[in-house]
Amino acid sequence: MPLYLTEDQEMLRDSAEGFVREKAPVAHMRKLRDADDGTGYDPALWREFAEMGFTSILMSEDEGGLGLGHVEAGVVMEEIGKNLTPSPLLSTGIAAVAALKHGGAQHRDKWYPKIAAGEAVAAIAVDEGAKHDPAATAMTAARSGNGFKLSGRKTFVTHGHVADLLIVAARTGGSAGDADGITLFAVEKGAKGLKADPRRLADASIAARLEFDNVEVTADAVIGEVDGGWGPLNALLGAGRAAASAEMLGVGQGAADITVNYLKERKQFGVPIGSFQALQHRAAHLYAELEVARAAVLKAQQLLDEGSEKAHKAVHVAKAMTGWTTTLAVQEGVQMHAGVGMTDEYDIGLYMKRGRTLAELFGDANYHADRLAREAGY
Amino acid sequence: MSDLDTFRADTRAWLEENCPAEMRQPARGDGDACWGGRKFEFSSDAQKQWLERMAAKGWTAPMWPADYGGGGLSAAEAKVLQQEMARINARPPLSSFGIWMLGPALLKFGTEAQKKEHLPPIVRGEIRWCQGYSEPGAGSDLAGLQTKAVDRGDHYIINGQKVWTSYADQADWIFCLVRTDPSAPKHKGISFVLFDMDQPGVEARPIKLISGYSFFCETYFTDARAEKKNLVYEENKGWDVAKYLLGHEREMISGMGLGGGGGKPLPAMAKDAVGEEADGRLADPLLRAEIAMFEVRSAAYRAQAERFADEFKAGRGNPAQPSMMKYYGTELNKRRNELVMAAGGSDALEWDSEESGGGKKARDWLRSKGNSVEGGTSEIQLNIISKRILELPS
Repeated sequence: MPLYLTEDQEMLRDSAEGFVREKAPVAHMRKLRDADDGTGYDPALWREFAEMGFTSILMSEDEGGLGLGHVEAGVVMEEIGKNLTPSPLLSTGIAAVAALKHGGAQHRDKWYPKIAAGEAVAAIAVDEGAKHDPAATAMTAARSGNGFKLSGRKTFVTHGHVADLLIVAARTGGSAGDADGITLFAVEKGAKGLKADPRRLADASIAARLEFDNVEVTADAVIGEVDGGWGPLNALLGAGRAAASAEMLGVGQGAADITVNYLKERKQFGVPIGSFQALQHRAAHLYAELEVARAAVLKAQQLLDEGSEKAHKAVHVAKAMTGWTTTLAVQEGVQMHAGVGMTDEYDIGLYMKRGRTLAELFGDANYHADRLAREAGY
Repeated sequence: MSDLDTFRADTRAWLEENCPAEMRQPARGDGDACWGGRKFEFSSDAQKQWLERMAAKGWTAPMWPADYGGGGLSAAEAKVLQQEMARINARPPLSSFGIWMLGPALLKFGTEAQKKEHLPPIVRGEIRWCQGYSEPGAGSDLAGLQTKAVDRGDHYIINGQKVWTSYADQADWIFCLVRTDPSAPKHKGISFVLFDMDQPGVEARPIKLISGYSFFCETYFTDARAEKKNLVYEENKGWDVAKYLLGHEREMISGMGLGGGGGKPLPAMAKDAVGEEADGRLADPLLRAEIAMFEVRSAAYRAQAERFADEFKAGRGNPAQPSMMKYYGTELNKRRNELVMAAGGSDALEWDSEESGGGKKARDWLRSKGNSVEGGTSEIQLNIISKRILELPS
């Protein structure tokens, strides 16, 4: 398959681009933020996303979805990134849907229709510390009767305070640091013993700290095999990281685009500052980095869609590469906007804040570069 | 079986039979490459045989039309050939500026007679070409070139000096940018001419480089003669040909960022020098981090090279994209060579010992510094991206 978007994928991009720009431009994010909205997204907009088919993009047509893949999901995520749209699409329509593909049919029968209709939101509860490290999962799931009791803490759970469904990684065996012994659970909203503490983050998104105090779940809540959660967890993380890379690419591209426009408009010494070579070369370097990052993201998405063994590495590359590149884009963006880059009125600073949050989501660039090195034996 | 599968099976069988065993070993450095030409001495019978057999099928230039000696293969077939050659580690039968650079320009801009005369000897490796572009006073400002060609009816008389002419001392013919109209604006008075280097008015002097190698020459023309029939495209329109060709050159050089070239991978090389921790991690954590970051960028660039090639084949993508590829690929290659030196430590400094392969690491490291200069500096590529892609004001 050639490494560029097919005609169908380009059509989807055009429609997603128009839709997100119209319904949820940066002004939409500002409105939610300025109203101190506590939900973290707009439920009406979420239903419109569903009507467009975006929330069911990864579900098969038999399951009522679009039957598309990670390339298409990424196309939508990039537009979300460009417009800084607060949306549960990544955690719900991509990461949770990918995880549930591995579980029993009971999960898909229950949740896919609700997600496809824009009536349910899912959140991913994996991280336990300030840095992403899924193998370090320490939360326990002790056997209790026919089911399990979950105890421990999770952090950085985007939409965790409002989610109808939580996908939770817990330990049924082994010890922190082992891949074996992790089990993935589907935990429903309002479970007894579950406390959510929502925190507003720098980018105005909301992530919850969750506390599980002997939260009882049935055996049916297990996604995949007991002690064998590493597989579905990696499917979830592969999909989530690819989607986060695509969103981050959108943030980086969006920041670069508005910065290049600013260079053409802003005048000093009687000329546009974009005529100065000192700035031209930095903008051109950023262009090159973004092109390379874009290729890395598309490669990872295509390999995921092919079910290739190579997808795993390619996703690490994509998340690391977009981590660095978008960081560069927003830093250059703020600096080239100079004084106004520091103001809340201009959007460029919002891109910087969103970029920082996405850089941490599902592992930062150092995490992924380190994983690649370890897996390559050094 | 599809036609392509049949082609693959036939190609595999043919290569099995015709590629000499010795040509399935990696080349021992640049001196082991087959450049062809009147002055070339084959390093072995196998090298000669391999060239002749491949040339007979036109597979030294697989996608050129068969009328001009090429293989006449489709892009898909050429890819299969490449894959089948890689499968048995077959060396390229011929390294040639004629194939990489002049050929594409002649196919686009040349007359039928020019194609018929010049392309077949290129395919057969009989004539070796060099490129006369840069001058002492015209480097980044290439269009400022001053080498003069005066019209003498059926020929031009050429006077001036070129520099950084790769392998001019070993080349048979030169494709050369000359000024045919000194009064026109600088881009509009340049012509693209071909002439034989074997004449009294042409002298090539190799330049010794920091690597100790001498790939490049200063080339002097004193009343050198170029036949009019060897003017490519129209008089004073040579800049169009030059620009087209530079795109090809940049594409070629950008491939350097893909590393390869065989040898030990960086992490293994570094482990030899600094050792490892009990869990297998490189003992020097900062070098490990640098290598890990490089490997990510390198993998991402490989994806970009694939994307670029796919877009190019489909006629998509920005026409100035080769500048981006050239910029990124060469900068990446320089970084790779810096890391090879850091990983190799003092062993990598040895300049002529046998263990060091005649100082291969150190010399390659120094050679790589030229990558971001030749074919247009990194700064020129950034200028091109700014103007033609980002459309920033000048």
